[in-house]
Amino acid sequence: METFLPVFFVAAMGLALLLYVVLDGFDLGVGILLPLADETEKDTMIASIGPFWDANETWIVLGIGILLIAFPQAYGIVLTELYIPVTIMLFGLILRGVAFDFRVKAGDGRKKLWNRAFFFGSLTAASSQGWMLGAYITGLQSSLTSWLFAALIAMTLPSLYIMLGASWLLIKTEGALFDKAVRWGRVALPPMGFALLLVSIATPIVSSEIASRWFTLPNAIGLMPIPVTCLVAYFAVYRLLRRPEYLRNGTNWVVYALLILICLMAALGLAYSIYPDIVIGRMDLYEAAAATNSLQFIFYGVAVTLPVILFYSAYVFWVFRGKATNLSYE
Amino acid sequence: MEFDPFVLARIQFAANISFHILFPGITIGLAWVLLYFRVRFTLSDDRAWEYAYYFWVKIFALTFALGVVSGITMSFQFGTNWPGFMERAGNIAGPLLGYEVLTAFFLEASFLGIMLFGKSRVSNRIHLFATAMVAIGTSISGFWILALNSWMQTPAGFTIENGVFFAEDWLQIIFNPSFPYRFAHMMTACFLTSAFLIAGVSAWRARRGVDGPATVMVMKTGVFMAAILIPVQIVLGDLHGLNTLEHQPAKIAAMEAVWETERGAAFTVFGFPDEEERTTHFALQIPKAGSLILTHSLDGEVKGLNEFEGEHPPVAIVFWSFRVMLGMGALMLLVSWWSALQFLRGRTISNTLLLVLSAMTFSGWIATLAGWYVTEIGRQPWIVYGLVKSADVVADHSSATLTGTLLGYIGLYTFLLISYIQALRYLASKPAQSLSLEPGYKRTARVGETL
Repeated sequence: METFLPVFFVAAMGLALLLYVVLDGFDLGVGILLPLADETEKDTMIASIGPFWDANETWIVLGIGILLIAFPQAYGIVLTELYIPVTIMLFGLILRGVAFDFRVKAGDGRKKLWNRAFFFGSLTAASSQGWMLGAYITGLQSSLTSWLFAALIAMTLPSLYIMLGASWLLIKTEGALFDKAVRWGRVALPPMGFALLLVSIATPIVSSEIASRWFTLPNAIGLMPIPVTCLVAYFAVYRLLRRPEYLRNGTNWVVYALLILICLMAALGLAYSIYPDIVIGRMDLYEAAAATNSLQFIFYGVAVTLPVILFYSAYVFWVFRGKATNLSYE
Repeated sequence: MEFDPFVLARIQFAANISFHILFPGITIGLAWVLLYFRVRFTLSDDRAWEYAYYFWVKIFALTFALGVVSGITMSFQFGTNWPGFMERAGNIAGPLLGYEVLTAFFLEASFLGIMLFGKSRVSNRIHLFATAMVAIGTSISGFWILALNSWMQTPAGFTIENGVFFAEDWLQIIFNPSFPYRFAHMMTACFLTSAFLIAGVSAWRARRGVDGPATVMVMKTGVFMAAILIPVQIVLGDLHGLNTLEHQPAKIAAMEAVWETERGAAFTVFGFPDEEERTTHFALQIPKAGSLILTHSLDGEVKGLNEFEGEHPPVAIVFWSFRVMLGMGALMLLVSWWSALQFLRGRTISNTLLLVLSAMTFSGWIATLAGWYVTEIGRQPWIVYGLVKSADVVADHSSATLTGTLLGYIGLYTFLLISYIQALRYLASKPAQSLSLEPGYKRTARVGETL
């Protein structure tokens, strides 16, 4: 139990954060794309994420919650070091979250203001998450390279969310908006590739130990599927966006699925690099872990509730399947 | 001018938690009220319940969103502002917060989508079920967070090794001595808050003549809810006070500004506590009443602040917050009983009473905040009562960083609060008919005619 529980919780945290990225990622991406659409399209775009965003956002609360529950020592260090980007992200998430309701409930004169808040909140949240990721994978140092790197990821990570958002719109919309989503995807794809490349090379550069794990034989061969899958998926997305006619008949989910695959591979790669550390170079997950009996108490909760949560989350996605229709309470 | 980072961290956390509690304070009660409207409109032919549901579900969704976003802020601020708390008490606090996320947050967030937008996509039964899940989720959330808060006030079921808490008995941790009282008191506060909100907004609509057929029914629901709950709340508050006297006598001493331990202590109705001179200026006192209220005996002993020198909370703010809460409670009792009496006698609600009710719309907020200030400031200087001091677990941020982010938070929250009240006003000013229900509905409705 003593060795199993920390590993179980780090895996659960990884899963929660991965689900956050691929789920709230499309919400944030749609938010960032909002100013590019006309007024009716804006309503459709928001309707495509309206029933889901709240539950999607809850995955980051679970992710950070597991960090807090299972690794309280690391929680303190990570959140103290990331105080400023975390605060900026929270401002962003607050604006985005309330804009959903205010834009239709504050009166017609204010809709523009709240559309802007929606966009601005989504972009700030996405960017500051990039900053946090950049700072985290360079070991939370306050060196100039670490800062520059974090800034670079902050500027490029939103392109991943834009891709997720565009691919979500491919599923949820049709007609002119669908065509726009294809164009947006084409533009966002290269910076997304660049961002993923940056994240991939960062950890080996920062730590020679991580580099040796990746670039010595026979590990290098065993790890090949990760970069290869990413490359294949990337080019498949590239081709599909060039030939959108393939996406119209029941295969419109493929781009989103490929992007999830890329995110999964990136997460696995990152996990392989970092393990068993939880704060790179400073603290491993056993040092950071909470007392075994506390972990045990919450383990039963996770083991019972997580499958149930996954089940009813899937049910909600199923209820709201198909093309987005205008949101109505009736 | 340099501010103390510890004070700034506390103000920031207080600003956050004060802003946050406003919204769950409404949704916890309103979720059940909506379920009630929802069940009524399924069971009865009176479509006014449907109006009531659709009008209030809009406000619910907006309020819920504000609660969610400000709640997420909290889950991060435990770490950004009080990392030492999690390092020491993480073994206890972590699992309680974890269970809140697992059993409540996902439940309410997921089924909220179906409750709000799924009416036409699922069966009536599933929609009812989703509405019930949202209501249950909000209450479960309250259960866990109040368990943690109560544990910080009256810690139980743990051992300490090298300054770190370890859980020993989870049942004792969850059902710690102050939990049942705090939970009952706070949940009732939430129901009272939503009762006055729905009664107040309805009265405002009725006064302006924008009332749809459902307005009076909703007002009646709110008024009767309040009239029944307020005496319950007074009893619960008294029991909670007795519990506090047993476990946190310093808090009680500050609430009552009792400077020296005495038998047959007076109750200070009004006054200005002065910590420097350890006296209450211009005190208006009722002899023996303090002992009577606190110990239920005329000359019971009340411990004074002198017994907790250097380790008692700031007196004036706790003393005043307590009186604001009591005053609000008294006002709530008066207004809800007066209105309920009018309804019972079948009289028309006068314009004056409508005005009073609409002025009381946010009275629940004031009482709840005042109550929380009593209990939370009253816990100081401790973060885990008697064991860990707040000052020892604060994060090491510069006061410039904290001032900057604090101003940001305050600016944002002020803007959001104004926007929220404006949106409420805007929604309330629209006649119910503009809620796109079936045409011709207005002719069949007869409910609004009592006004």
